[in-house]
Amino acid sequence: MTSGGIKPHGIKRAVLSGLGGALALFGGSAMANPKPWQLNMTRGASEWSSVPYHLNNIALGVCVGIGILVFGAMFIAMFRFRKSRGAVAEKWTHNTMLEVVWTTVPVIILITLAYLATGGLTSFANTTGSQMTVKVTGYQWKWRYDYVDYKGKPIDHVGFMSKLDRLSDETRQLDSGMDPNAVQTDGENTYLLNVDKPLVVPVGTKIRFVITAGDVIHSWWVPALGWKMDAIPGIVNAAWTNIEKPGVYRGQCAELCGQDHGFMPIVVKAVPEAEFEQWLAQQQAANAPKPAAAAPATAQATTPAQGNQG
Amino acid sequence: MAHAATHDHHDHHGAPSNFFVRWCMSTNHKDIGTLYLVFALVMFFIGGSFAMVIRAELFKPGLQLVQPYFFNEMTTMHALVMIFGAVMPAFVGLGNWMIPLMIGAPDMALPRMNNLSFWIMPFAFALLLSTLFSAGGAPAGGWTMYPPLALQGGSVAQMVFAIHLMGISSIMGSINIIATILNMRAPGMDLLKMPVFVWSWLITAFLLIAVMPVLAGAVTMLLTDKYFGTSFFNAAGGGDPVLYQHIFWFFGHPEVYIMILPAFGVISEIIPTFARKPIFGYKAMVFAIASIAFLSFIVWAHHMFAVGLPLGAEVFFMYATMLIAVPTGVKVFNWVSTMWGGSMTFETPMLFAIAFVILFTIGGFSGLMLALAPADFQYHDTYFVVAHFHYVLVTGAVFSIIAATYYWLPKWTGRMYSEFWGKMHFWNSVIWVNVLFFPQHFLGLAGMPRRIPDYNVAFANFNMISSIGGFLFGASQLIFVGVLIHAVWGSKKKATDRVWEGAKGLEWTVPSPAPFHTFEVPPVINDDELAHGHVDH
Ligand SMILES: [Cu+2]
Ligand SMILES: [Cu+2]
Repeated sequence: MTSGGIKPHGIKRAVLSGLGGALALFGGSAMANPKPWQLNMTRGASEWSSVPYHLNNIALGVCVGIGILVFGAMFIAMFRFRKSRGAVAEKWTHNTMLEVVWTTVPVIILITLAYLATGGLTSFANTTGSQMTVKVTGYQWKWRYDYVDYKGKPIDHVGFMSKLDRLSDETRQLDSGMDPNAVQTDGENTYLLNVDKPLVVPVGTKIRFVITAGDVIHSWWVPALGWKMDAIPGIVNAAWTNIEKPGVYRGQCAELCGQDHGFMPIVVKAVPEAEFEQWLAQQQAANAPKPAAAAPATAQATTPAQGNQG
Repeated sequence: MAHAATHDHHDHHGAPSNFFVRWCMSTNHKDIGTLYLVFALVMFFIGGSFAMVIRAELFKPGLQLVQPYFFNEMTTMHALVMIFGAVMPAFVGLGNWMIPLMIGAPDMALPRMNNLSFWIMPFAFALLLSTLFSAGGAPAGGWTMYPPLALQGGSVAQMVFAIHLMGISSIMGSINIIATILNMRAPGMDLLKMPVFVWSWLITAFLLIAVMPVLAGAVTMLLTDKYFGTSFFNAAGGGDPVLYQHIFWFFGHPEVYIMILPAFGVISEIIPTFARKPIFGYKAMVFAIASIAFLSFIVWAHHMFAVGLPLGAEVFFMYATMLIAVPTGVKVFNWVSTMWGGSMTFETPMLFAIAFVILFTIGGFSGLMLALAPADFQYHDTYFVVAHFHYVLVTGAVFSIIAATYYWLPKWTGRMYSEFWGKMHFWNSVIWVNVLFFPQHFLGLAGMPRRIPDYNVAFANFNMISSIGGFLFGASQLIFVGVLIHAVWGSKKKATDRVWEGAKGLEWTVPSPAPFHTFEVPPVINDDELAHGHVDH
């Protein structure tokens, strides 16, 4: 948040609420998961997710404004300058004043939009100062999460696969005869948006994700976090989030990755810090190497850390 | 000498009566133009039938009709057929038919090559479409063919060779168009008196020659990665999967302008005709096309904002992309200004042209939104993008092709099409295309990824609306076929040479239907007869 940009809690909010008011009304700013008849993007649940949301609303407002002017002029022309109303064609083909105006005004609007967007890009690119690292690996057709470090300490042996839940998987088979509407979790329809084991993370913590893939390109996308990042074999991408509200945030793989591309959802469960630490301790205890197998386990323990080098 | 004279004399009789000789061995720009247009129409329906499968499967949540892999084959083939088989050949067909007529040339500069350019296409598409029936199945990795996924599927070789053939055809067609425009204009037809359509094709042809070899290179590297053990895009072998995307989109972005610049040309012919007023800012229109073409080479990575580009690259490609809004805006404002102060009538070509201006602009708006990289982190690879490029390509490129067909059809056939059924076709198309694509904006914003065969029930309502729009839009195009058949064989109403009251330009000075050979003697150019003869700016 150095040069320009939309400050998540900044003064621009007032202006934005004016522009995006009607849209936010349709979209509902507190929603995290898709709702029937949803018309607009949502505000999301992370510190940064307000950036694309507000940029979207401002740009949409600008487009609607220009659209009203241009299409309005067209419709007036179509009404006034009809041959059937006796209109006689004029001969002019030039108007320097107008041409200067409609070249410079868009430039000014674009500079404004570019200024806001550049600030958002800069803040997104800053992955420093994170308190936690999670390695995300895309596979055909599931995700793997490895917890690399938390509050400066490396984490060993906490990593798991996360794939489509069984009920969705059975329902989605061709001619399964099962009703997608019946796939419910906590009163919410989670058809194709639920997994067997969610990624658990703490709220109020800057989390760095290092994202890669094991076979083809995937893309890790949770709309409530405000971004997607491609998971590419041989390349490690970095991104960050700081989730503000506890909740369950759902997303999907966003890059075509083969036949089950539509069936590898992402679920992020954001919990209060204390609860997360408790969960993490449990996981570590459950996965800790047994004393008898101490020697080989030490060798294995370096593996997740190495995965972070790229 | 004597032989040449006899030969010439023989040609003057008109079209050969033997069907095979006339169509398969044709060197006549009008017949080859017709072949291209008929081919494009056939491909439009084949590609459209794939779209119907897609919309049918997406009609409601759950898989009802096809397996996910087949769904991916459908999305991939739909795009390849529509882009390379329908839209591009349709514009080449329009160019073939109209460019010589508009600049007063007797034919294309290289008539035999013209024949070859066309006849490569049926073979390319036979090869591509045959993969649907092959053991490996059709390509299913998306029309963008990103490795490593594209290399997992079968039929890589057929796909690559089909693209090579299309590329050769496009490059030869482009060379022909450039040679024709630069060398064969009638005396007095200065470059800056040419119709905007001819200008748009001249610039498009240069774009094609510049980028088709790049695509050929990219797919050849795919081929060697797949079959010859190279590792251009294989990370495990020291290659880079993202390299492919850079090369592909260096082709891909100019490619989308290859599909829209001739559309700009078409609309710039139609609106002045039916507004009975010369085009506003002729030189600005030409300059805008040229600057859009130039910018198209430096914006490719806006398709790659989510691949993890460095900050500097994201910023550069975002700014360059946003810049395109300026010349595009100039074009839209100039079309509206052409209408302002005119004396308008609303025949079918004009209706499609007006719909083009409005709906293409909506596609431009969503394009501007997509250019904002942080927002694109959300939009990318969602239905918002699908909505965007269908507004640009269907209500943009395809509508302009339809508009051009209605506009020049009386010149081609010598008979008027049915205005009533033309308007039926228009109103059905314009309503259902919006029912089809507008809700897809909402789906994308709500979080539905593209290229998925099934979805959460929250996306059900708009998908069902979109599918209904899709079926009816598809059915509406049958009206178009009916109108065409009637205009070619059934219509009793003879077209005049001028056809439209406000029509200007050399193509309207020849009889309707245009005789087999035209402008064998270069016309004497009278500036009043040209659409842009007296235009100073
Ligand atoms: Cu995936
Ligand atoms: Cu592009």
